[in-house]
Amino acid sequence: MSATYAFTLNGQPIEVEGPPMARLLDVLRRDLGLTGSKDGCGEGECGACTVLLDGEAVCSCLVPLFQVEGASITTVEGLSSEGRISELQRVFATEGGAQCGACTPGMIVSLRALLDRHPAPTRAQVREYASGTLCRCTGYERILRAVEVLTDQRLAEGVAAPEAREPSSE
Amino acid sequence: MQHLNAVGQSVPRPDGLAKVTGTALFLDDLPENGCFHGVTVRSPHASALIQSIDGSLVARADAEAIVLVAADVGPRNSVHLIHDDWPILAHGRVNHHGEAVALVAAPTLARARAAAAAVRVEYEVQAPVLNLDQALEGDPRTNGELNILARCEVDHGDVDSAFAEADVIVEGEYATGHQEHAYIEPHGIMATPRFDSKGVFTGVEVVGSLQCPYYVHEALCYLFDMEGSAIRVLQSVTGGGFGGKEDYPDLIAAHAALLARACGREVKIVYERQEDIIATTKRHPSHIRHRTAVKRDGTLVAMDIHVLLDGGAYTTLSPVVLSRSVLHAAGAYSCPNVRIRGRVLATNTAPNGAFRGFGAPQSLFAVERQMDKVARALSLSPYEVRSKNAYREGDVTPTGQVLKESVSALGVLERATLATRFRRQRSANEAARAARQDDGRPLLGIGLSLFWHGSGFTGNGERRMMSKGAVRLRPDLKIEVLSSSTDFGQGTEGIFRQIVADACGVSLDDVVVHVPDTAAVPDSGPTVASRTVMVVGRLLRRAGEKLSFALGAFAAQLEGIAPVSVVLHDGIFETEQGTTPFREIARRYLALHGPLVAEATFEPAPDSAFDETTYQGDAYAAYGWGACVVEVEVDPDTFALRLAKLTTVSDVGHVIHPVMCAGQVEGGTLQALGWGYLEEMKMKDGRYLNDRFQTYLIPTMADTPDMETILIENPTKHGPFGAKGVGELPMDGGAPALLQAIENATGICLSAIPATPERIFEASKIKAES
Repeated sequence: MSATYAFTLNGQPIEVEGPPMARLLDVLRRDLGLTGSKDGCGEGECGACTVLLDGEAVCSCLVPLFQVEGASITTVEGLSSEGRISELQRVFATEGGAQCGACTPGMIVSLRALLDRHPAPTRAQVREYASGTLCRCTGYERILRAVEVLTDQRLAEGVAAPEAREPSSE
Repeated sequence: MQHLNAVGQSVPRPDGLAKVTGTALFLDDLPENGCFHGVTVRSPHASALIQSIDGSLVARADAEAIVLVAADVGPRNSVHLIHDDWPILAHGRVNHHGEAVALVAAPTLARARAAAAAVRVEYEVQAPVLNLDQALEGDPRTNGELNILARCEVDHGDVDSAFAEADVIVEGEYATGHQEHAYIEPHGIMATPRFDSKGVFTGVEVVGSLQCPYYVHEALCYLFDMEGSAIRVLQSVTGGGFGGKEDYPDLIAAHAALLARACGREVKIVYERQEDIIATTKRHPSHIRHRTAVKRDGTLVAMDIHVLLDGGAYTTLSPVVLSRSVLHAAGAYSCPNVRIRGRVLATNTAPNGAFRGFGAPQSLFAVERQMDKVARALSLSPYEVRSKNAYREGDVTPTGQVLKESVSALGVLERATLATRFRRQRSANEAARAARQDDGRPLLGIGLSLFWHGSGFTGNGERRMMSKGAVRLRPDLKIEVLSSSTDFGQGTEGIFRQIVADACGVSLDDVVVHVPDTAAVPDSGPTVASRTVMVVGRLLRRAGEKLSFALGAFAAQLEGIAPVSVVLHDGIFETEQGTTPFREIARRYLALHGPLVAEATFEPAPDSAFDETTYQGDAYAAYGWGACVVEVEVDPDTFALRLAKLTTVSDVGHVIHPVMCAGQVEGGTLQALGWGYLEEMKMKDGRYLNDRFQTYLIPTMADTPDMETILIENPTKHGPFGAKGVGELPMDGGAPALLQAIENATGICLSAIPATPERIFEASKIKAES
């Protein structure tokens, strides 16, 4: 029942052979050795396995292999290269966003999806985008602050414009 | 006094880069090297006799699979902890749903699962004891008598006389439920067996997601009846613990090691989330009764407290949990007459064990709600009754301990009320409720709690443990920290580097931390009980100073001057003749004398004593103090809650790392709030019904309030640079503050958590009836 699937993984074209219903998470971790994505619950609740599928944050434990045919997948390993980490990763580490680190890859990937759409997000937007990833260590406050530090930096450098004020539902 | 360059700074955590790039290797990320995978066959019943176990079909299902049952464990079939009543594999009977009955290993996980399904177990099901109410009716396992796992009693003053003369007596009953740790990385252990040339088993090396390498080491030494050198335990990067990886890894390590011995190769056991929730320890549920005598002005006169904890199926750490629960039960308040009676009863659920706070959150929840009830009875505000009775320096605790230093109960209370305008806000909310129209808009509430938490082991625990910590000058001129304290998120590694860098007078880059490995580090005790910074950190500071002094003496000798005149700071030895870099002196020392290791052993304070028979004396070397203010919105129709704002004030003695310290407070308080309104373990016939993250809910970022975290520093002489523990303190105050806020918003008074909409609704009917 195996077949070959071609997709883009962290910017590189790749072909993987496997059963169509193999979990993308297992393909990444076991077959491709990309163990950054974590298996925290196996049912799409904890978000520790979050990857970008064509730019959308998805739980890779819920994605069958056949679904990634022709798609572009980005894992946490794809957010840094040759020891160069993104600004998001840097502030995440320095501002206390990571404690035990088990949710961290999924959280970072979720925030990447947010920042790609909203370069200078509000707290409400961060909460919305990151609420699919559970963290039991931080209470989330330092994660919010890490994004705020990054946002302030981007606004100061003029590389992002502030988000329009939201309705007062926040 | 050393120059503090590193301590007090939010320096980057050493594991930060690996964690944000996904390169940190957790247990399930390590290379497998052709290992076998272990799975556990579990009891589907809460209480049953095992009539037969038949593993013979396993070989037919998979010729390579190995199966183990109780008879294969050997004579020492128990997890060696406090009482040896917890079997490694059930023998004769099972005492909880999910209890391990047999083990199977096979070359792949899928094959191991298939083989495990071929194990046939026959049970004779018995009626289980599933909660404290049932346990109070007697336990069939103890012929209908109470099945008591532990007792603890504290007496102070003359309680009965005080009640006889009291102005006002207030009574209350409080209840809390199970809580799942919900660390994001489930349990995992890998075991590699060793054999001699004749194929005789000679020991095992275990690596795993765990908090206490030496607990696992001791448990395996006992199991195999082997010397310490035969067993080696290492910690892998550990994805959260919160106490859940304190006791339970002993059992999984035993399972993995037994399978590894039988297979003759490496065996890995990684729990799935559902298995992890079903089988492993939870926070002890509690029933706590209070009787309080007070003067009309609110002054406490006497407290009579009964603490009842649900221990689950086996003793595990329950006696110690109970002890801490009892010792915190009268709260952060001075009271001349106190009687506390504590018991842990057995039930037929998975054993309840260590969970952040270790019994104190339950008893502090109860006393804080009782203080609210006292305030209500006397028409005082929650602030007034707390402020009047909060411990001052020189006050005496129920164990007769005189609080000589570092007492901040009033300090944190004042700061928290000022930061939140608590009194004004509380009155405004009450007025708004009285005047409101039924317009469906949310009700606003504000609530506060005051609490304390003893740092380090209870009573003589540290004196018995006699922990060691060491630093070593490595050939590459790095100073290496040697301790068994583990980092499972808190930032232990980084904090130890800061403490040792300043103790030695070198830069952070000169200090590295050895991975916790029983073959290489001394036993600094377990990473529990808010003891890592205060107790082990202090050992490492002393060890660092010793090493620095030895190098200074050597530098002085080289220059022919007195040793005291050479001091290392900022990585430079400075004398009258000039300066020499630390690395230069270190290099010459190693060349001339060889290795340099400096060790420190725990030294009990000479003026402190604790009597374990009378439970009198200094229960803890120092206490952390906390106040928590929760602001909440309650939907008047559905009673759904929204946490609007959280403000905490914590006295931690001295802040080693501001960002990580705040992270401990924030994460711990959110766990406490989750326990307070959201997290509820439901059970049917002894089986946890919500055994997945889809049904056992913990707070997400969308559920979480903005947080203001205020740290204050009232130093203790017992910790390095004055630091006290912070890990558990924040777990103590969230739930009672939340319930007070709900009361402020709705007028509905709850005495049990979690405050689910259903529970608030039930309580609203009582309010309506009265």
